[in-house]
Amino acid sequence: MLTDARLVAGKDLRLEFRSRVTTTQVLPFVVAIVLLFGFAFEPDADLLVEVTPGLFWMTVLFASMLSIQRSFGIESADGVRDGLRLSGMNPSGIFLGKAAAVFVQLIAVEVVLGFTVTILYGAPIDGLGVLIVTALAATAALAGAGTMFGVLAAGLHGRETLLPLLFLPAVAPVLIAASQAHGLALAGDSGSGLRWSALLALFAVVYVSFGALAFGPLLEES
Amino acid sequence: MLSGFPALSGLDLEIAQREVALLRGPNGAGKSTVLRLCAGLVPLESGTASVLGHDVEGDVVSVRRKVGILGHQTNLYEDLTVADNLKFWSSAARAPKVDLASVMDRVGLERRLGDVRVGSLSAGQRRRTAMAVLVARRPRLWLLDEPHAGLDQAGRDLLDGLVAEAVQVGVTVVMASHDHDRALAIATCVVDLAGGMNLAQVKSPESPTHASSTPGNPTGVDTAQPSSGPSSGPSTGPVPRRAPASSPVERSR
Repeated sequence: MLTDARLVAGKDLRLEFRSRVTTTQVLPFVVAIVLLFGFAFEPDADLLVEVTPGLFWMTVLFASMLSIQRSFGIESADGVRDGLRLSGMNPSGIFLGKAAAVFVQLIAVEVVLGFTVTILYGAPIDGLGVLIVTALAATAALAGAGTMFGVLAAGLHGRETLLPLLFLPAVAPVLIAASQAHGLALAGDSGSGLRWSALLALFAVVYVSFGALAFGPLLEES
Repeated sequence: MLSGFPALSGLDLEIAQREVALLRGPNGAGKSTVLRLCAGLVPLESGTASVLGHDVEGDVVSVRRKVGILGHQTNLYEDLTVADNLKFWSSAARAPKVDLASVMDRVGLERRLGDVRVGSLSAGQRRRTAMAVLVARRPRLWLLDEPHAGLDQAGRDLLDGLVAEAVQVGVTVVMASHDHDRALAIATCVVDLAGGMNLAQVKSPESPTHASSTPGNPTGVDTAQPSSGPSSGPSTGPVPRRAPASSPVERSR
């Protein structure tokens, strides 16, 4: 299973390296969102700093939908999905590989996004340890849930609009917990922030475990 | 069943190892569905199907690892290079490590194309890349759906050569084709399909001598006939079917 996961993750990251969709489309998209939020809240700079955690994770959520749609868009072209099924690879391995590739891309997006909000909004950088743990746990949860819903939506008509409908309600708890942990870390309350991070880690374990189990039937049936 | 319609019904088919079986029939006869069924890509609603000694329903992973498809679609990642695709698909199938350059040479792909994105290739070059993937994966059963389509004369000759070589090392080939003249030249067995069932299975009169069938694990499909439906009718054609090779396929209805 891990061999298959490494193979699929390597392939997806190589695809990203060759096509540069994240760097040429997803990153400009998140920077545009940050700028637009900045214009919308410009008269009240303090409010902008205050809502930075929520804005940050909402933006990550939007970016994750793009990454997930891209991740399964490449599997829909020219019979590749059948090729994956025919490969005999372990479905859980395929899931873990695709989720890992989405995870890496989202972490890269979050790093750029973090610098952008710090520079544009003047958001402080406090509680860096909690922020990193939060980012890792929340991103794993988003990648796990997104990969599970991505394969489900990919086999259905109207997948572009179906994915947000399935994905956003399912990851609402991740958004809340990540925003809380982020806000508490910036406020200097690392202890409370870590408790939210622990909850995020639990979400990640649940989504990744369930996704690994469900991916095979979803790949076959949808 | 495809969209509630019985795509195959009353099909009774057995193909021995090293056979090159040509599936003939009009559009909608079920040729592609037979190929996809042999690959475990469509579910079997009733009846039995055994491929290379593995039950298609119960042991689909073993079937898929030993089967390669060359169909209308190339199953290639457009944003990856030719070499990337070859490496990925052969590794995914756990195929023995292959020399990519020699595989590319074998299918007539210039080596410089190894670093070219598949999306930048011409249709014929993509087709050759798909053939290279098939060769690199080293499947024991080749399922070819209109294999000559999209290839120039040299490409068609090359494909026929690859089939002949593969058969000599024990590969079994099942192909669906409307290019009967060319396909009959390499087929050792012809199966006529219509309405999702086989009307006849006969030895090809143009059967090449190099591809005589040998005992082994045959591929057998036997779809139970529903009590009603557009495809109901006799399950065997007027021509006597060849006796099965050893390791007979279990059949039940």
